[in-house]
Amino acid sequence: MSSAKNININLKIWRQKNAKAKGSMETYKLDNVSTASSFLEMLDQLNEQLINDKKEPVAFDHDCREGICGMCSLYINGRAHGPDTGTTTCQLHMRKFNDGDTIFIEPWRSKAFPVVKDLVVDRSAFDRIQQAGGFVSVNTSGRTMDANAIPIPKEDADKSFMAAACIGCGACVATCKNGSAMLFVGAKVSQYALLPQGKVEATQRVLNMVRQMDEEGFGNCTNTGACEVECPKGISLENIARMNREYLKASLK
Amino acid sequence: MAKSALLKSSIAKKYWMAFTGLFLCLFLAGHLAGNLQLLVPNNALNFNKYALFMTTNPAVKILSYVTYLSILFHAVDGFLLTYQNIKARPVGYAKSNPSANSSFSSRNMAVLGTLILVFIVTHMVNFWAKMHFDQNIPLQTITVEVMGQKQELYLMTNDGYMATSQVAKTKEEAAKSGAQVYIKNRTEFYNTQADVKVGEGYKDLYKITVAFFKDPKYGLIATILYVVAMGVLAFHLLHGFQSAFQSIGLNSSTWIPKIKLFGKLFAIIVPILFAIIPVYIHFILK
Amino acid sequence: MKLDSKIPEGHISKKWTDYKDHLKLVAPNNRPKIDIIVVGTGLAGASAAASLGEMGYNVKAFCYQDSPRRAHSIAAQGGINAAKNYQNDGDSIYRLFYDTIKGGDYRAREANVHRLAEVSGNIIDQCVAQGVPFAREYGGLLDNRSFGGTQVQRTFYAAGQTGQQLLLGAYSALSRQIGLGRVKMFNRHEMLDLVKVDGKARGIIARNLVTGELERHSAHAVVIATGGYGNVYFLSTNAMGSNVTAGWKIHKKGALFANPCFVQIHPTCIPVHGVNQSKLTLMSESLRNSGRIWVPKKKEDAEAIREGKLKPTQLAEEDRDYFLERRYPAFGNLVPRDVASRAAKERCDAGHGIEANDTNEGVYLDFSTEIQNKGRQAAYAKGNHNPSAAEVTKLGKQWLEEKYGNLFTMYQKITDENPYETPMKIYPAVHYTMGGVWVDYNLQSTIPGCFVAGEANFSDHGANRLGASALMQGLADGYFVLPYTVSNYLADEIRTGKISTESQEFIDAENNVKNTIDKFLNNNGTKSVDHFHKRLGLIMWNKVGMARNEQGLKQAIEEIAALKEEFYKDVRVPGSSDELNPELEKALRVADFIDLGQLMAMDALQRNESCGGHFREEYQDSEGETLRDDENFSFVSAWEYMGYDISKEILNKEELKYEFIKIAARNYK
Repeated sequence: MSSAKNININLKIWRQKNAKAKGSMETYKLDNVSTASSFLEMLDQLNEQLINDKKEPVAFDHDCREGICGMCSLYINGRAHGPDTGTTTCQLHMRKFNDGDTIFIEPWRSKAFPVVKDLVVDRSAFDRIQQAGGFVSVNTSGRTMDANAIPIPKEDADKSFMAAACIGCGACVATCKNGSAMLFVGAKVSQYALLPQGKVEATQRVLNMVRQMDEEGFGNCTNTGACEVECPKGISLENIARMNREYLKASLK
Repeated sequence: MAKSALLKSSIAKKYWMAFTGLFLCLFLAGHLAGNLQLLVPNNALNFNKYALFMTTNPAVKILSYVTYLSILFHAVDGFLLTYQNIKARPVGYAKSNPSANSSFSSRNMAVLGTLILVFIVTHMVNFWAKMHFDQNIPLQTITVEVMGQKQELYLMTNDGYMATSQVAKTKEEAAKSGAQVYIKNRTEFYNTQADVKVGEGYKDLYKITVAFFKDPKYGLIATILYVVAMGVLAFHLLHGFQSAFQSIGLNSSTWIPKIKLFGKLFAIIVPILFAIIPVYIHFILK
Repeated sequence: MKLDSKIPEGHISKKWTDYKDHLKLVAPNNRPKIDIIVVGTGLAGASAAASLGEMGYNVKAFCYQDSPRRAHSIAAQGGINAAKNYQNDGDSIYRLFYDTIKGGDYRAREANVHRLAEVSGNIIDQCVAQGVPFAREYGGLLDNRSFGGTQVQRTFYAAGQTGQQLLLGAYSALSRQIGLGRVKMFNRHEMLDLVKVDGKARGIIARNLVTGELERHSAHAVVIATGGYGNVYFLSTNAMGSNVTAGWKIHKKGALFANPCFVQIHPTCIPVHGVNQSKLTLMSESLRNSGRIWVPKKKEDAEAIREGKLKPTQLAEEDRDYFLERRYPAFGNLVPRDVASRAAKERCDAGHGIEANDTNEGVYLDFSTEIQNKGRQAAYAKGNHNPSAAEVTKLGKQWLEEKYGNLFTMYQKITDENPYETPMKIYPAVHYTMGGVWVDYNLQSTIPGCFVAGEANFSDHGANRLGASALMQGLADGYFVLPYTVSNYLADEIRTGKISTESQEFIDAENNVKNTIDKFLNNNGTKSVDHFHKRLGLIMWNKVGMARNEQGLKQAIEEIAALKEEFYKDVRVPGSSDELNPELEKALRVADFIDLGQLMAMDALQRNESCGGHFREEYQDSEGETLRDDENFSFVSAWEYMGYDISKEILNKEELKYEFIKIAARNYK
């Protein structure tokens, strides 16, 4: 951390008053940004400056700031969650930028993710997909069988976990040229499809979740693989293939 | 639910793209095998025989209808997908850096596909339509020297010959010139007096092809455009081949590297081989 | 106020079972006539909302995030305890119960903790049934690891993302109920007041954070599951939005606030980098299984390291002070969190800190020994009994990567240093708050019909929480306690009928909230909300932090009271009330943090002893260990709100009776 220095940067940020208003890119200058700061701390600094100048601060989504809640978003210099791979915006640090850089910051762009304000978008479409089938229909009594009653091969459990590691940030949709949500849905379908507990409802689950996904207005997957590259949790394209397989099986039943 | 989903849902659209695409890859391989005969010297007759087989064999006919349907489906589905995908992002990004996360071909399948569709249409006008509908389609002839005199003969499907000088293009012409034989239904030889079929000729697709690429005015342009089209096809296949396997759900760490490698080889080799043919005809064939 | 904890009679191991058997029920046909509000959708809130919805009640759930899946439970890394004894190392319900009471330094309620240990196994069963992908062994059975403060392996985990997997499990159960229409979800809504009618909790005022609209929601019972208040310190491992507002609002309406000074400072966080730091990042406690904590023995070396003249890897073994292993040989690097944190602070205060920032606060967490050990083991396992040094190092690093890869990557992203090559720098940071709203055995606050669950209540962890116990408590409360106790309360409400939101109480509460909001927006001050929040954080960290003393606490109380005045006079909140306005949200939260901060200092001041996370410098032995005073302080302090001036709050005491555990000094040596 001793290598931290201060840089001056220019920002081009999407400003939009509310969902109905027309937005535009605005330019800001920000000096003395420590390279040890996170990207969101840089935005905090900008907002502090804007408030002191009696201007409206920039609204952006963020919460845990440790890369797990999935609340932060931002399309930075043409890439979801910025230039670093395997990283959420909140864990992106300013040392990835240089003095004098101009940084473009835009909200996720998707019909299914309408802008709420500035850089904040509405991702409730993901919730509705989950509600359509992203669960095991087991009552919460705790009176199920013992946790070790069904052994699960480690490999399956690990794969299921890796799919379940999705944080629902929406970077896959934002980065996909088609605005497709298949990596998100594929990951959820896979998590359950790989476990014996999830197999019981596999048919209905995949049909229902895909139907909801289509209704939300997401685009179609054309296998560009961009989502996998930009996913901060490295969710594999294999999950989309598994969903395709599951869907085919379910459709033919 | 399940049935309508297989037509309408986003994933079903992927299946259709994949299945039709893979079938078209098979078609490409077959088509290429046929075309490569053009590279064999003095092979015009065999090529035309092959062309005849391809247009008359019932099994092949069924396959060709499947091919037409596949092209149609692939194109229509592709247009639908593209339209929906454009709609899925009504407001675009001010700055986007897609080359950081995806390949050129994967992002431009629609454009590449449209170009290929244009190519297919012109290609069919130039060759397929002539083969099927051209009333004045040339028939295969050979030139033999008979007693120091060159004579042109039609080759017949029953392995017989017929001097071209004896054959009139139409019945009317035959009546005028007194030719014994005239051509009916583009390929059939008829006896003028008896008005009975005496044989059938080969459509000379070889000649059409060579003439097309050797045309003094347009031959060079046609060759260049053909090569360019094969380039476009290569890019389309580069993404499309392995993408199809992903779409139908075949993606496992053991198989996908093999599929990807094969897809790459297929995408490069097939178009190159296709492209060599017009280049050979235009520049090398005498 | 007379506090009735409603602990049932009988032997500790029978209390919950017997009690449950005699609780009142609500018949299925009556449940749809009853509304329940659940605020917060973390482990406790989501599991409670899902369970209550499934039972057939009309549930309305609220969260300030854009989705219930984002609640901060998601950030828990290490694991969840359960007395399954799958590893056959002598674990039992009693041992988990005992470890938790002892870990909490004998300031938790026996009956509650035993119930927690009893249902712990069910939690794992439930989660597995829901499709939570816990780590497994090659035989297909569940894997376990050990955590600080215990000598058994009872922690279930999913890599370093256990909280995420458990929360997503609860979220899936909640989503199912939302999909079925039994729970109505209100995302981006913040509860800003509780509405009481005839002394009972009857609803809330919530602000739609997108439109700014104030909404009245009525219910027959209100469950508060809004997490802890670590953000009083500004810098903590909590999420940026984590706040105490719901808990504080019910406190203002009559719920007592218990043990506010019990705060857990987690020993392994990434040190502060500078003034613009917005939050601290935790490195899972599980790292202490493999890492050794040390500082340079000589102050000169520490200084040279801070100045960049010396690298930690250059320091000879004998010049390193592995202070936890030195002071606590029995538990070594795996002592409970409060002990480890204080020991690190002690070394840094003595001038051995290694971080090059204003405070020099940082110690090393070193994996080099583990790399050698595991590397050698791995080589042997491969049949290589004479591995080269390079080979051992390589295999050791591979082992580390498999086990902690994601944490190491995260560390590297944040600090730009490679922890495989150079030791991690860590320092304690505020992580969890054991204190919270006072609740009885039913998890009901002193307001009838207002229940409090998870970190938001005070009940299970005493003065210090053991690792991997927070997830356990959240899910236990939500899945296995509230469904019974809330129903018991609601059994008397089946004739009440729909509660009107047009009553004077709702109108008044809404107007109150509206006035507060308008006041902030029209304040026209000069300083941002964060400015005040950071100042509050500094006071709290320096004077109500890891080590406290009478003088500092008295100063803190005065400084915070003054800060409060200044805040209301000079805070600047831009924007308007009818839009998404994050600054306004922060202002409303910080107002409550300031009040609570003062109360925390008051609570710490009255507690003239050292216990768990509460360390009073006046009360330590010659070796710097805590001196508990069971004679005078074996009670839960429960504070009663008396109006704007926090210093007027009244202290109520709930005596803690230990019938089944013998109180002893907490010894990890």
